[in-house]
Formats: sequence, C-alpha cells, structure tokens
Amino acid sequence: MTMHPHHPLSGEGIALHKPFPLTIRPLADKARFSLRIDPDQRIAASAVLGLNLPGNIGDVAYAGEKTAVCLGPDEWYVTVPVADQAEIEAGFAALYAQQPHSLVDVSHREVSIGIEGRDAALVLQSAIAFDVDAMAPGSGCRTIFDGKAQIILLRDAKDRFQIDVWHSFSEHVWHFLQVVAREIELDI
Amino acid sequence: MLLIHCPYCNAERPEVEFAYAGEAHIARPTDPSQLDDDQWRDHLYIRSNPRGLHYERWRHIHGCGRFFNAARDTLSDKFVTTYKASLPRPQIVQSEDTP
Repeated sequence: MTMHPHHPLSGEGIALHKPFPLTIRPLADKARFSLRIDPDQRIAASAVLGLNLPGNIGDVAYAGEKTAVCLGPDEWYVTVPVADQAEIEAGFAALYAQQPHSLVDVSHREVSIGIEGRDAALVLQSAIAFDVDAMAPGSGCRTIFDGKAQIILLRDAKDRFQIDVWHSFSEHVWHFLQVVAREIELDI
Repeated sequence: MLLIHCPYCNAERPEVEFAYAGEAHIARPTDPSQLDDDQWRDHLYIRSNPRGLHYERWRHIHGCGRFFNAARDTLSDKFVTTYKASLPRPQIVQSEDTP
C-alpha cells in the first residue's frame, strides 16, 4: 500500500485584483524540522544544515530554498526541500555522538500558506494581535492566529508572508483568510 | 487585549500567547525532611495574594516557550515589568497614583 500525504488545502487559492493584487495560496510541500540544540553548538548544527542558524529569537536565515527561524533560545524551525531531508537527517545523526540534540521531522504536521501583496500585512493584522507591520522583513515568530490556532509566521519580504499551521487548524485559518480577503476586496 | 513584554523574545506579544504560572520566587525547602505538615502546607498552598504589586511567573507558551517573571499590579492589571527567570526580584518604587 502506498501512502500519500494529505493536503487539506490542495487546489485552493485566493486571488484579488482590486484594489491591489493579493494572492493567498498553499505553498509547495517541503521538509520541516523542529531543532533543539545547545545554542553554543549552533556552528556545528549550521555546518550540517548548510545555513547559518540565527542566534536571536525572531531572526530568519535563508540559504537557497532552506530557511531557519529562531523560535526560542535553543529552538529553531527549519524548512528544507524534500530532496535534502535524508542528507540532513543523516548529518544530524552523525553529530549526535558529539552533541546531544533533538531533530524532529514535523513535515507532515504542517501546511504552508503564502500571502503576497501590498495588503498582506493588513490581512494578517485582522487575526493577529501584535503589530504585524512592525515585523522586520526577514523575521518570524510563533504566535496565535485568531486567538485559537498556533502558527509560525515568517515575513520574507515587506509584502510577502508565510504561515505554517497544523493540518487540523488549516481549514479554519484558510476560511478566515477567505473572509478577510473578501472584505478587503469590497473595501469594508 | 494586553500586550506583554517577553524578556527572551524582547518583544511585545498579545496575552493569548502566554500562560499564567502562579506566584514567583517560591523557594523549595532546602531540607524537606525537616518540615512538619503545616510547613509543607504553607510551602505548597499558602500564597501572598496581595492587593497591588505581585511578582508572578508567566510562560510564553505559544512563543519562545520560556518561563519568566513579571511584576504586575493586581488592582489595575498593569504589568510593571518583566524579567528573566533566575534574576532576583527587581526593586520597584510604587508611584503615587497606584494604591
């Protein structure tokens, strides 16, 4: 029997053309890791990942298609292309002898949603209680969406955001985004 | 909604990201076997419950996951300051308008 990952949002998409272009869409599948390691061993972990793990909470590092956001003093959320997953897992398994750590594959727990357009921050502001527009591009955090769903929010660029959310919450988040996009379209 | 300053994230975050975790600076007895029942009860259950400035633990559970301490006025619900766990209680001078 072959098992296929289930994507609750596959085939969905929201596109507005007025007043300004705005697209909200599920992003391509990727491998996701939750990494906990002694912050002093950041360099060793960075070498295995092929990307410099950021040291400050909220900072995001990019290397090609790999991203890593620092969520806590010793916690990182790392996403890489699916093709690199096995190599990274093997690299960390080898590192374990020198440095105990925890690398957990959470790929199938989350779905990613991309929000792009001039009003992207406005869309998110309707569900997030802190000042979304004050987030610097290239930063991210774990937070609560609409008072219910825990998400990981990345601001890749001034007008481009990414939400990673659990499958079970994704429909709620998606419907919320649909409603907000409609309100923006109608200028309510 | 209240915004709470997390000393680890160094950012103002909405209160829904946080969980309250009781009074801060409750030291566990150094020699538990010497305590009688009343002393154990006091250690486990008896809290100061002040009207006014209260030092308490919070956890940024939906953010960085860290426990930290906060000084909050229980009357106005205003956070006076937050500081990292393991730091001593900061000295706070109550201003005239707080009871």
